[in-house]
Amino acid sequence: MELTRRELVAAFLGSAVASGCKREQPRAPIPGAIVDRAVEVGHRLRGGPLPRAQTLETVDVLVVGAGVAGLSAAWRLASAGVKDVRVVELEAEPGGTSRSGKNAVSAFPWGAHYLPAPTEDRGPVVRLLREMGAVSGVDAQGLPTFEEELLIQEPEERHFYRGHWYDGLYLRVGATAEDLAELERFDAKMNAFAAARDAKGRKAFAVPTARSSDDAEWTALDALSMAAWLTREGFRSTRLKWLVDYACRDDYGATSEHVSAWAGIWYFAARQDGQGERSEGFLSWPEGNGRLVHQLLSALPPRAVERDVLVHTVEPGEQGCRVDALDSRTGKPRSFQARQVVLACPRFLAAHLVAPWRTARPAFLDAFTYAPWVVANLTLSSLPESRGFPLAWDNVFQESNSLGYVVATHQRLRQDERGPTVLTWYLPMSGADVKAERTKALSASYADWEALVMADMRPAHPGILQQAQRLEVQRWGHAMVRPTPGFMWGPERRAAQESVGRHLHFAHTDLGGLALFEEANWFGVKAAERVLSELGQASASWL
Amino acid sequence: MNKTLLYITVIVIATCGLVYELVVGALASYLLGDSITQFSTVIGGYLFAMGIGSYLSRYIDKGVAQRFVEVELAVALLGGLCAPVLFLTFTLTDLFQVALYGSVIIIGTLVGLEIPLLLRILKDQLKFKDLVSQVLSLDYLGALAASVAFPLLLVPKLGLVRTSLLFGVLNAAVGLWSTWLLAPLLGNPLRLRVKAVMLTVLLMVGFVLGDRLTTFYEDQLYADDVVHASSSPYQRIVLTRGKRGFSLFLNGNLQFASVDEYRYHESLVHPAMVRAGRAEHVLILGGGDGLAAREVLRYPEVRSVTLVDLDPAITGLAMGYGELSKLNENALKDSRMRVINADAMQFLMEGDQRYDVVVVDFPDPNNFALGKLYTTGFYKLLKKRVAPDGVAVVQSTSPLFARRSFWCVETTLKAAGFWTQPYHALVPSFGEWGYVLVAHEAPGHHRPLPEGLRFLDMPTLESLTLFPPDMSPLPTEVNRLNNQVLVHYYEEEWRRWN
Repeated sequence: MELTRRELVAAFLGSAVASGCKREQPRAPIPGAIVDRAVEVGHRLRGGPLPRAQTLETVDVLVVGAGVAGLSAAWRLASAGVKDVRVVELEAEPGGTSRSGKNAVSAFPWGAHYLPAPTEDRGPVVRLLREMGAVSGVDAQGLPTFEEELLIQEPEERHFYRGHWYDGLYLRVGATAEDLAELERFDAKMNAFAAARDAKGRKAFAVPTARSSDDAEWTALDALSMAAWLTREGFRSTRLKWLVDYACRDDYGATSEHVSAWAGIWYFAARQDGQGERSEGFLSWPEGNGRLVHQLLSALPPRAVERDVLVHTVEPGEQGCRVDALDSRTGKPRSFQARQVVLACPRFLAAHLVAPWRTARPAFLDAFTYAPWVVANLTLSSLPESRGFPLAWDNVFQESNSLGYVVATHQRLRQDERGPTVLTWYLPMSGADVKAERTKALSASYADWEALVMADMRPAHPGILQQAQRLEVQRWGHAMVRPTPGFMWGPERRAAQESVGRHLHFAHTDLGGLALFEEANWFGVKAAERVLSELGQASASWL
Repeated sequence: MNKTLLYITVIVIATCGLVYELVVGALASYLLGDSITQFSTVIGGYLFAMGIGSYLSRYIDKGVAQRFVEVELAVALLGGLCAPVLFLTFTLTDLFQVALYGSVIIIGTLVGLEIPLLLRILKDQLKFKDLVSQVLSLDYLGALAASVAFPLLLVPKLGLVRTSLLFGVLNAAVGLWSTWLLAPLLGNPLRLRVKAVMLTVLLMVGFVLGDRLTTFYEDQLYADDVVHASSSPYQRIVLTRGKRGFSLFLNGNLQFASVDEYRYHESLVHPAMVRAGRAEHVLILGGGDGLAAREVLRYPEVRSVTLVDLDPAITGLAMGYGELSKLNENALKDSRMRVINADAMQFLMEGDQRYDVVVVDFPDPNNFALGKLYTTGFYKLLKKRVAPDGVAVVQSTSPLFARRSFWCVETTLKAAGFWTQPYHALVPSFGEWGYVLVAHEAPGHHRPLPEGLRFLDMPTLESLTLFPPDMSPLPTEVNRLNNQVLVHYYEEEWRRWN
């Protein structure tokens, strides 16, 4: 049964966007394509036994997965002087969900696109930023300051509501006194959470999560959903509810009903110190966190990263691990014998790869759920025109299931702001049933996605169809681990962090419970330091 | 049929017809300049279109009276609204000329239909020779009335917008009373009457509100005659001329008035020129009108001047438009000049040549794109391009009207690592105006001013650094790319004065 355009829009973006769909003349679609190969790779992994190579390639350390966690592990190892490190990646490009693309107009992100400026001068993220020259110095309090051109320029964010763009993310127009009082009370609570420290001086909510206090006073919040916490605290304003929901969808790919209150509060409290500022600001680049990926890559020896290598089996042994893989372009089998392995992939993949888990599947694996996302990059001949507040970096549609878009050329140092440009559009598939959401995301054709992106954009930018030059769509089946209630401080996440024996270690953002650069980086460095100590090369920790 | 009333009708429609023509002609020369061309083409086009109307009248066979009333109502609507519509078209779109000649042709055609139709209605009432003599003589009489009243009474008292609306009302009234006058010849007078009443009311409402429109577009926007108007991809450029010389507006904001621009440009350029270690290589950012360049070129020691302005339309005008190139003394054609049409921020980023003097003359920071040019991000780029003993100067809006904005620019320059010397001068067209002189460290030089200045001498120059209490420093935040506080200060402060 074929859906009408309006039904399609309602199914993906919600009824408000669908009701705004006008009858339109048949038109030529914007040129473009779906650019991922999500389906193909997954099918091969689940398709049964795969061949093993006759000869073994030996290596000291094999890192499986060239996302942020894997590259961070390799970065830590390279810095410690470990020479024989190999990183294998199943995709054609490294970077994982921080991957980026580039066309004649601009570089652009395919996923993660910003990093909140760190508020403390310690840890591996600040070290990385220093290495790339992004840290300009330290302020009077000893906190790091950042190069001005890397911090998101004003105007930073705006939102679209019923024909008009407004400054910021909170819809102030028509807000009642109660709405505003609730917003103020909410901000005060978040500031208090941000300032909260335990007896050991740890922040209640810290970046990365591993540095947070484990006092029950705060971890008890994990049992609740964020929506339930709002209700418990007497918050009723629909505008505040929208803001919190937006935050949960933006960072966790799930609505506040399916996000742990601890994680929901973390979003507002972790990146600031309670002085009232939500954070010091954000660092961003045209290619988003692709810039950080390139920085990690630049620290590695040439050819340390091999692409198109589909690892299918990791077998821990007495002396190390045997790893079996396929060259996904030629289909040729390859096998490795590694003294140490860092498996830097998410749990849903690790479940297939780790040989002993096939017979004895650990229970903790089932606690990990992942939200699918769809990201589209739309190239425009000139900047989109809009009514109300001018174009910002982050442009949010108040009444859509999508998050709106970010502008790749926003950080360009130019007076002349006319374009062309690339807009990166984000749709978290935040329904409760992630499996159904995944099927839904994969069911839509390019023509469907084109219709969806345009239906989302056109009310805010009536002329955009004439400006659109190319649209590319990336579907992420498992874009983000979901911090569901009970997950952040439950036993499963902790259990998943444990190494298998002395040769197989794990690193991925999902071990932190939140899909964020800082988490991936933390677990990558942590795994690498474990490897170093196994190799007898332990040095002062970066963590 | 009452002949006297019919004759009055003839006079009124004749007056209306000529008034529309004069309104459109005046509007065209007012907005586009070059009044001889505008009036010639408008009058010629209008007469030609009346010829088309007269010709077309032959194709109206049945219901001549009915058509006549309809034509009156159509002329009332289009003629009455022509001035406000054309003003809006000019302000909001680039289609002004299309709209202008479109309305000339359409209104002219409709007006051309009026007299032939009326003659045919009256042909049975009078002998042919009397008919022609009466109607045409009254037609010309009406034209006389219009052409005398228009410059002496209508434009001075009502302005263009209300004049066109007033005559629209009269035209609609003609339509209305014709429904009684010609009632025997009309099939359904009532329907026409309702339309005529509605139209009259609409135009009367327009007439009442038109007062505000007129004030908005004519008095506030440009007090003087527009002698040049064009749109570039970046901005709308308008030159006006009045009793006290001419003025340049970009997007409706005054850039200079020839009567006192020397005060602005002497104050902008010379303090920096005399305090720099040397002044051989000079960079001007913005300033495409060539007036700052004129001041720079007064120094014989200047060997090269690089002017970077985003908009080729401005630098083209400064070189090619007679009065402007006369005012800037052909500065942009001087052999020492190099004019580059580029983005100033990109220009600073892409090169590494250092300059002895840099003159930063951008429009005020009234939007985020311009606000970027006043951030530490921009000033750090600027700093790399100022020679070790060089000096730069930044136009910094009014320390009186926008006191916090002015001091924010100064604070920001300091935060970028500059030594700063704020100063100000009175430029009557702008008011009290501010500048910030900057260098790597306090300059030790003070060379003599050139000959021929009208505003600055040494004692005056020294007095410019004194700030009375109502303009004295205020604490402000630093304007950064990631906060753009200046745009907020600026908007807040100027809102109070406008």
